[in-house]
Amino acid sequence: MSIFRIIRDLLKYDSRFRIAFVFLSAILIMMLLSFVSPYSPNKTFVVAMDMPPSLEHPFGTSSRGQDIFWWMTFAVRNSFLLGIVTAVLSRVIAIIVGLMAGYEGGWIDKILMAINDSFVVMPLLPILILLGFLLRGKMNFFTLGLILGIFGWPWDARLIRSQVLSLKERSFTRTAVYSGTHPFWITIHEHLPFVLPIVFATTINNMLWSIGMEVTLSVLGLSDVGTPTIGTALFWANQHGALVAGVWWWIAAPTFIAIILFLGLYLLFSSINEYIDPRTRLRLIGG
Amino acid sequence: MRKFVLHYLLPRILQYFTVIFLGITVTFIIPRLSPTDPVEAQVSMILSSGSAVDPEAIEHMRAALTEMYGLSGSPVEQYIAFWGRLLRGDLGPSLSTFPTPVTQLIGQALPWTLGLMLAAVILSWIIGNILGALASYYPKNKLIYAIDIMSQAVRPIPYYVVALVLLVVFAYLIPIFPFSGAYPVGTRPSLTPNFVLIYLKHSALPALTLILVGFGGWFIGMKSLTSNIISEDYVVYAETTGIKERKILTQYIMRNAMLPQITGLGLSLGTVFSGALIMEVVFQYPGMGMLTLQAIFRNDYSLIMGIAIYSIIGVATSVFLMDLIYPLFDPRVRYQ
Repeated sequence: MSIFRIIRDLLKYDSRFRIAFVFLSAILIMMLLSFVSPYSPNKTFVVAMDMPPSLEHPFGTSSRGQDIFWWMTFAVRNSFLLGIVTAVLSRVIAIIVGLMAGYEGGWIDKILMAINDSFVVMPLLPILILLGFLLRGKMNFFTLGLILGIFGWPWDARLIRSQVLSLKERSFTRTAVYSGTHPFWITIHEHLPFVLPIVFATTINNMLWSIGMEVTLSVLGLSDVGTPTIGTALFWANQHGALVAGVWWWIAAPTFIAIILFLGLYLLFSSINEYIDPRTRLRLIGG
Repeated sequence: MRKFVLHYLLPRILQYFTVIFLGITVTFIIPRLSPTDPVEAQVSMILSSGSAVDPEAIEHMRAALTEMYGLSGSPVEQYIAFWGRLLRGDLGPSLSTFPTPVTQLIGQALPWTLGLMLAAVILSWIIGNILGALASYYPKNKLIYAIDIMSQAVRPIPYYVVALVLLVVFAYLIPIFPFSGAYPVGTRPSLTPNFVLIYLKHSALPALTLILVGFGGWFIGMKSLTSNIISEDYVVYAETTGIKERKILTQYIMRNAMLPQITGLGLSLGTVFSGALIMEVVFQYPGMGMLTLQAIFRNDYSLIMGIAIYSIIGVATSVFLMDLIYPLFDPRVRYQ
């Protein structure tokens, strides 16, 4: 089935997907608008300070003399990019660990899963705060993505492993083994294609996590506060005491956009998750 | 009993020590991989404060700091010494409030976070489970459906943003709750009814943040777990014999769906703890999160290190305790 037909079907039958589609389209348009922005996000005091939302400045202007709407277009783009960088890296780790642990079993599985489960229960924020603290001033946007990627894989590795465990028992795996296929190619050719839909769904979930983590670390001033992101928008608003000064739109804009972005991604995740889960599909057609 | 110890208890004890070992090792490695030298950073900070210090004193200070950070000797020696100090419960003095030990600062902050977290985790777990079961048992109920939508809409939003929205709405626009802190400035924490009331009022919004974000996960988990059980033969049979709906729901349906949720409770603690940290920053609640923020602002390296170590050990221990309690709920584990 072509991807367009899937999207058309989901739009028709799943209201969650419809909302996600609208929200994420809005986010995408904002990201694209950043390329035609009349203001550079790195320049301060280019417009009048502390102006409430108006036709000229839809989200108002900040105490740093920046147009919040245009600044946010860059912020959304960067936050989204960070999510992608983190997701790609942590997917690679999750797939390798998950396939290996699931297929090999035995001691390799035990050791990998012991490490995996340790990372699942460990409180990551204090560790990331320690890292951010030590790298303060040297942390750039991609280092942050790398660091989050290194910590963001355990939940999904376990999910992939459980899938492989059941794939291993299927007859096609046995056929491949008996016909002398190398285990490496069995996992790559036979198992990976089955695992990919879950990988896609977890990618979205992982982006939710990493974009949220970026907000948290930025608010604490531990990320690269010179790069516009949703988190650094809140950081600068806090630095200037926006709420106390009554410049509420400076807080409201990133909060509003964050909610749209997170809801859009989450609804997309749960819609796709249900779509690729054969049990729910059976239930939908009444099987 | 032997089987229980071998197949249940032993793997859990091993896991407990693996978590702590890995976590502590990661916190040991991170500062050593980082391009910033904490000793040099500290020295340059003291120098930049403007006071004239003679070179000999700086050299002396550098040696003292190296010793205090445990940076003398080979990496292996450092690592062993690091564990040695940890096992003695010595995390060194805090740099910003020298010479108060880090453990003392954490000891003061921890109860606030713990109390709030415990209350919020238990409440969101109970609320989420009950509502989730109701949602699948009464799929046509409008109110429960509305709660379903609401809980799923809040769930993906980061703790910080939810806290911020609640703060703006319920302390700024409609001022029914206090703006910040766990008690007003000037009052001393005590166990009088009056103080408890003030404390509850101050903790309402922070707790509400954790509950709102948290209960959606339990809700959706319980809903999908019970949706399979509802069509089981024994439930249909119970319904035809005319057993009260309430009893069917609690004794027949929820009880059987409870176990994965109890396992999940342990696994969620790390995430909730991270959420509590950042939520405290929004509400300026005097717990571990505020302590962390202070440590960041005052460049207190040893305090941040201590907080990270304490958090890892604390969360790992709570998860382990949950695992120990688990057999009480699941007879299959007990009678293996």
